[in-house]
Amino acid sequence: MVTVTIFVNGEAVGAEVEDRTTLADFVRDSLHLTGTHLGCEHGVCGACTVLVDDEPVRACITLAAAIAGKEVRTIEGFAGDPAMEVIRECFSEAHGLQCGFCTPGMVITVRDILQRGRCADAAQIRAELAGNLCRCTGYGGIVKATELARDRLKS
Amino acid sequence: MKAAPVTYHRAQSIAQAIELTARYDGTAKLMAGGQSLMPMMNLRMSFAEQVIDISGIAALRESGFFEDRFFMGAGVTHAMIEDGRVEDPTRGYLRHVAGGIAYRSVRNRGTVGGSLAHADPAADWPAALRALDAVAVIEGPDGERQVPLAEFQRGLMETALGAAEVLKGVLLPRLSGKARWSYKKFCRKAGEFAHSIAAVVVDPSLGIANVVVGAIGGKPLRLSMDEKLLRHELAAVVEPSSYEFQLHCTIAKRALAEATQ
Repeated sequence: MVTVTIFVNGEAVGAEVEDRTTLADFVRDSLHLTGTHLGCEHGVCGACTVLVDDEPVRACITLAAAIAGKEVRTIEGFAGDPAMEVIRECFSEAHGLQCGFCTPGMVITVRDILQRGRCADAAQIRAELAGNLCRCTGYGGIVKATELARDRLKS
Repeated sequence: MKAAPVTYHRAQSIAQAIELTARYDGTAKLMAGGQSLMPMMNLRMSFAEQVIDISGIAALRESGFFEDRFFMGAGVTHAMIEDGRVEDPTRGYLRHVAGGIAYRSVRNRGTVGGSLAHADPAADWPAALRALDAVAVIEGPDGERQVPLAEFQRGLMETALGAAEVLKGVLLPRLSGKARWSYKKFCRKAGEFAHSIAAVVVDPSLGIANVVVGAIGGKPLRLSMDEKLLRHELAAVVEPSSYEFQLHCTIAKRALAEATQ
């Protein structure tokens, strides 16, 4: 067992967990922050994407112990975030989701690609979103929502 | 799936990482970003009993010019290279390769050294850095040694690293203004492991002229610059009537054309 202390959504939280515990299981099982979803558990689907020190990371292939002392932001930690509010609106308007399983990872990734300016056109957005799988929308709505959010955040 | 139980250790220095790997004699695995090792652990394809986390060792992220060559620390992440946070002595080649690895969330954690030491035949850095004639810098209980990448990867996930050794970084050439390079890979889906990789680096002033094909057999393969010869050499490794053969030939041809025309 290891004692892990991480700053999650601005608060220091500590828990004793098994050494093998991933960051995803840590936030879900120890902190009951179940907005971080687990799809594939081997780094392919992107549903578990969270921010670690402001950078998107796959929580299912990151050990909780390995990020001790770092700042983690899960989907629950974006209330009041101006960019995320716009992204959320645009996902709703442009049909960027249906069942919602991929959405937490999807919007965290979209926020990152908008911040890094990797959203020039639909082709670039699709390439940047290649690591987040959605089995409902066919991606059209997600790409549209991302373009919409890009334009709104610019103006 | 979840990983099987392991014992986690955090190494604070390279010396401590060496000491820990020596202590567990073959049952320990070093973990940098863990972007290849963790999926394997979750799929229960890795049998490590001990995981030694080296991601917190600041010394592994140090880089800089060292006489006429550039030393890149093994702990430098793909994203650091992609963003230009680490100098690129290869006139854009490293940045291009880094930006095409997997997905951004993987690039934020995955490291150059981790990729080389993991030695997946379809990974980017083994082929890309082999084409640069890069040299691995290894630290072990008996001190430091250097191994050219041509001899570093021995086969499928097998390297020259000894049980208690740590890959410290790689020495890279500083490409001249005359250098040309191309890096092509074929993926059916952006970010997936490549089905074929071709890395071409030509720098007459440094005497570098390499065509390296990856995602083939157990390790990257250096081939001739001549297209006819190259086909002949590939045919010795891959069945000439196969789809794979045509794919490798096509990708190599495209990279050669881009780098030499």
